[in-house]
Amino acid sequence: METKKQGSETTQDAKDITAVEDRRPLFFGLGFGILFGFLLHKGGATKYDVIVGQLLLTNFTVLKIMLSAVATGMAGVYFMKSLGWIQLSPKSGSVGMNIIGALIFGVGFAVLGYCPGTIAGAIGNGYLDAIVGGLAGILLGTWIFALMYPKLKDGILKLGDFGDITLPRLLKVNDWVAVVPATLLIILILVWIERTGF
Amino acid sequence: METIASVFTDTNWSPYAVGIGIGVLSWLSFLISGKPIATSTSFAQTGGMIENYITGGKAEQRPYYKKIKLKINWQWMLVVGVVIGSFLSAIISGDFQVGVWVPSLWASAFGHSAVLRVIVALVGGVILGFGARFAGGCTSGHGISGTLQLAASSWISAIFFFVGGIITAHIIYLVIA
Repeated sequence: METKKQGSETTQDAKDITAVEDRRPLFFGLGFGILFGFLLHKGGATKYDVIVGQLLLTNFTVLKIMLSAVATGMAGVYFMKSLGWIQLSPKSGSVGMNIIGALIFGVGFAVLGYCPGTIAGAIGNGYLDAIVGGLAGILLGTWIFALMYPKLKDGILKLGDFGDITLPRLLKVNDWVAVVPATLLIILILVWIERTGF
Repeated sequence: METIASVFTDTNWSPYAVGIGIGVLSWLSFLISGKPIATSTSFAQTGGMIENYITGGKAEQRPYYKKIKLKINWQWMLVVGVVIGSFLSAIISGDFQVGVWVPSLWASAFGHSAVLRVIVALVGGVILGFGARFAGGCTSGHGISGTLQLAASSWISAIFFFVGGIITAHIIYLVIA
């Protein structure tokens, strides 16, 4: 009796541990999201006027945020990769996905005036066109894509498939041979934007 | 004098401070969660969950929803976090918007009709959501997290997001308005 009871308790404990471990990524995701949303708002990227100002080339806030995030992120992520701490997870792509799909995205980006990340920020910021119009539209748009996916997946989405290649692998060079010039190029673009007075 | 508290209650930070902050956040998300910051899949999952709820589980059978899996995961919670984080920043800096249906730039060209703005936002959202899943990512997943990994798919996407966006914005504000 004694052993049996102990046995079942151990199983119960094991179950609890798995349950707790399964939930941890959700809390980390929430935490990263809170910090990301906080920063997006502080940068003004939760506002239609700032985003569309970028697309009209009158306000370069969005590009400044993105390029400085990419330069900072790239240096650290490739450094951690070189130490073996992390693995990259580049997305697979194709001409159909990343040119045609991205152009469609761009049209929606300008018409809506928010993107999926910034609309979550705009909702937090209280903008009602984002909550009532934009969010419903995005959900509907992704659902239409899900309906059409069986027809698209072996056709246009595969058109000019190039897989999950990264620039260092494409050029067959050491990571840093690509990372250092890319970082310098981004810094040069930012200096140029500042010099032109944006 | 700028105190630590007043930094958090400022409405606007330098875009470079924000960008560097997001860059550091991307290190931590790779290191701690082994994942890049991305958002658009979560909207697709939500759409599928709604269909699933209405049809009593039929949406799960769609090939696309089998691929992305209809469950609340790390990235889904990240998007919820973005809403909360932006709300917190807006509240403590006195920038939370109450009753704003029409952004001022839109109003300057198309007037103050909330109905018109909501309809256009809805249409824009449909195109955006469709395009995001077509391209396999959005301004976060491709534009920041993918480009910082130097992924070819993400650099091409990021460039064409802006090509499409810049052309369309100019048509809206210079031709239609």
